Amino acid sequence: MTYQFTLGFDDPSCRQTDLVGGKAAGLAEMTSRGVPVAPGFVVTTAAFREFLDATGRAGEISELLGRLERYDLDAASLAAERIHSWLADAALPEVARREIEARYVELSAAAGTPGVSVAIRSSASAEDSVLSSFAGEFETWVDVAGLDDVLAHVHKCYLSMFAPRVLSYVLDRGLDHGVIDMAVVVQKTVRARAAGVMFTLDPVHGDRSQVVIEANWGLGLSVVGGEVIPDRYTVDKVTRQERQRVVGSKRLAYLRGDRGPVEVPEDRRQVACLSPAEVLALADLGMRLEELQGKPQDIEFAVDEELPEGGNLVLLQCRPETVWSGRQRPAAFDAGSSMMSWIAGAISAPSRGASGVGGHHHG
Amino acid sequence: MNETARFDYLSEAKTPAGAEGWERMYPYFLLPNKDLRTHEDSHLWFTDTIHWSRGCHPFDSIGAEAVYLGAGQNSARIYAIPTSLGLDVRIVNGYVYISPNPVVDPAEIQERLEHFTVRASYYYENWEELYERWKLKIGSVVDAMNALSFDPLPKFEPVEAVFEARGRSVSWKIIENYHKLIDSFFLVWQHHFEFINLGYGGFLTFFQFCKNAFPSISDQAISRMVAGIDVLAFRPDEELRRLALLGHELGLGAELTARRPAAQTQERLAVNEAGRRWLDELERSKDPWFNYFAEYGFTHDQETWRDNLDLPFNGIARYVEMIERGEDIQRPVDRIRQERDDLVTGYRRLLGDIEAKQFDELLALARRVFPHIEEHNIFVEHWAHSAFWTKMKELGDFLVASGFLAARDDIFYLNRFELDQVLFDVVESWAIGVEPRGTARWRREIEQRRDIMRALQAATPQPAFGTPPAEVTDPLAVMNYGVTTELVQEWLHGASGESTGLSGIPASPGVVEGVVRVLRSEHDLDRLQEGEILVAPITAPSWGSAFSVAKGVITDVGGMMCHAAIVCREYGLPAVVGTGFATTRLKTGQRVRLDGDSGVVELLGGEA
Repeated sequence: MTYQFTLGFDDPSCRQTDLVGGKAAGLAEMTSRGVPVAPGFVVTTAAFREFLDATGRAGEISELLGRLERYDLDAASLAAERIHSWLADAALPEVARREIEARYVELSAAAGTPGVSVAIRSSASAEDSVLSSFAGEFETWVDVAGLDDVLAHVHKCYLSMFAPRVLSYVLDRGLDHGVIDMAVVVQKTVRARAAGVMFTLDPVHGDRSQVVIEANWGLGLSVVGGEVIPDRYTVDKVTRQERQRVVGSKRLAYLRGDRGPVEVPEDRRQVACLSPAEVLALADLGMRLEELQGKPQDIEFAVDEELPEGGNLVLLQCRPETVWSGRQRPAAFDAGSSMMSWIAGAISAPSRGASGVGGHHHG
Repeated sequence: MNETARFDYLSEAKTPAGAEGWERMYPYFLLPNKDLRTHEDSHLWFTDTIHWSRGCHPFDSIGAEAVYLGAGQNSARIYAIPTSLGLDVRIVNGYVYISPNPVVDPAEIQERLEHFTVRASYYYENWEELYERWKLKIGSVVDAMNALSFDPLPKFEPVEAVFEARGRSVSWKIIENYHKLIDSFFLVWQHHFEFINLGYGGFLTFFQFCKNAFPSISDQAISRMVAGIDVLAFRPDEELRRLALLGHELGLGAELTARRPAAQTQERLAVNEAGRRWLDELERSKDPWFNYFAEYGFTHDQETWRDNLDLPFNGIARYVEMIERGEDIQRPVDRIRQERDDLVTGYRRLLGDIEAKQFDELLALARRVFPHIEEHNIFVEHWAHSAFWTKMKELGDFLVASGFLAARDDIFYLNRFELDQVLFDVVESWAIGVEPRGTARWRREIEQRRDIMRALQAATPQPAFGTPPAEVTDPLAVMNYGVTTELVQEWLHGASGESTGLSGIPASPGVVEGVVRVLRSEHDLDRLQEGEILVAPITAPSWGSAFSVAKGVITDVGGMMCHAAIVCREYGLPAVVGTGFATTRLKTGQRVRLDGDSGVVELLGGEA
């Protein structure tokens, strides 16, 4: 079928911010560069406009908002209440409903799970300067399952545009609510078989040639929180070889984000949670992100157990590494002295045996 | 480290049963010495099975003299390497043990540094030119050895002695040529060290630069950036491939893969045109490329390919079979070159400007010196040693012809000083007209020594004696012999039976699992089956055909720069060297997991 109100992340149009909002455009950008994000789709800003127009209240809403004064919290609350009453029972446009249904069924099929659990979040669209100040103003719902619930949450997302908190936020900053559009991202909830953190440099030595991965069974929470001794994998970026694998002692794991940790069975604690192929694929992902961002990255990832092998890596978060990236490492040899003195130093120094067994370094 | 942990002292070494009295076979200065107990007990002595993988015969101990004479002369006295003098050497139970002799006094190091800077820089600056001269020097020593002869003594002196008024006897030539041969051997070993430690120094500087910039970089990645591509070290094996390809083209595949004795194969080939053409090409390959030992020619009983054509013929047969299976047997030179360039580009782009400049300079230096590191064995160990042993065997023939010895190889049961006396005895007895005075006495002694040698060679050498230092610090010793602090600890634990796994130096990357084949000698090479993991005392590069059959290599000794490590990296064969105990711990048929990246060999349950 052709789609009017929804887009996959791999659709080139999905990189247009005015159509899909900043968040979805970011996901599409990643997808286009081969960075795996949790699979899903976006309900475009056009659907939101269609929804508002179909209520016949668009004019009234904009008039109501136009009359609001800065810092008048009570008036904002009152306006929010009125708008909510106009939109609460308004249906999503029929075409949008059908498209969401088709996309959701497709997503469920890919995960091999009918009525797959998804996360639903807003993806606001406006000029960059407006958008950047909006971070965190909108809600995210996780573990939404079943078509009816998905549709209900898209609707909730629309209403959240007019929550008192959002309205006063817009007013207080002197922004025009009318220029903000709303798209909705629907993304499969990650069911992590294993997850963890990856640095595109060695966080201990600052070695730029290495990717270091720490991982545990389940979600990455236990790794980030330091609750287990995770597995540790090191990959050389240049030779693309797994250089070191130290299997940890993983006595607990978080299998669901909404529940506490569970005991890992004895016989799985000292088993590597990532396969050699997954380690190399993750390192490739890390290198691609570093290339895209132009500097070493600190990455959170998961290996989804519902997605097929080869397509089961999911990037959760990615930010610049800050400890080593800015640091200038002293060169091995004094640039001001002669090469002969370097050589004399090298053959005299009781350091770093040339066999390099176990990367042992002497004081 | 445990302060009290030590190996047996040299003086505590136990003589294997049946080898009592072995000490009398070797020169006094190679034996453990009670007068020097303080020195001997306080040092670490590790076995040099890289050069002498078996207990060495009395005459073969000349190598232990020559190697450590040349090493000391060059390191300690000629180049004044700041922190290293020579390597002290002993023979215990027939095996050679060495001990690094470091300089620790800062004032002395400073003084040596000044000399070193002046002397070594002359060589680095003029490397290519001096290296060409070195090749000529070795060539002329080899020629000089080849020119020596040991003709049987005539009943009467040739009449020219009179008409040319020589006033001397041809018999003296025996003694003179023996001395010349010995001198040539010592000269070759002085030349051997003219470049090698400077070469290692150049490489090591690049190595340390890389380890500083990339603390976790693998040793192999560094060597692969430097590795030569068109070096002589690969020539002998390339000749086998050339002959295999030619044989295949000429339709001789069936003959070449029938695995008949080489002499028979040659006879059968000579009957037709194609076969004769192939034999002509074989002759062309032989000189000099078949002057090639299956090991390094440190003992008289090793064969060159020329001595035993079965060795290269087996290799050729394997290559022909690969061709017939449709495999490409050419070294993937383009791929190797591409990989080398990719590594250089990959690491270099992670460096800042100042570091990138140093990287470029040091990579150029390392590449300048590396061909010598890779090639020098061909000149010294293969060509010079093969000439030396050939002449020594001719001298053995002379002593048989003189009625002194029962068999040619009996000569190697005498050390070089004893042999000097014997030759004098033979020549003087001839001159006087009497039986040599020592015939019966030495024949008795040789029989006793034969038993002693058998007992010595049946015993496995202890990896080390004496007291290990807290850290093994000499970078050159570490690089050449692979003896690291960790390995010494491993030996200590192994010696007390505490260790369960095997670990060594990761010499060539990759992980393989498979069945091991333990081979103590190149003579057993044909037992190696396709896909097995070769376990040997040393990695011998010239086990050329083995590298196309084995899927991994594990050795007792060797460092990342040992020749075979280089060859394994070339062939993409995972290798762990310097494990200390692989040949004694592993049994043919056991399954192991060999990790050439971490240097760990893990014993897997179950036999094949």
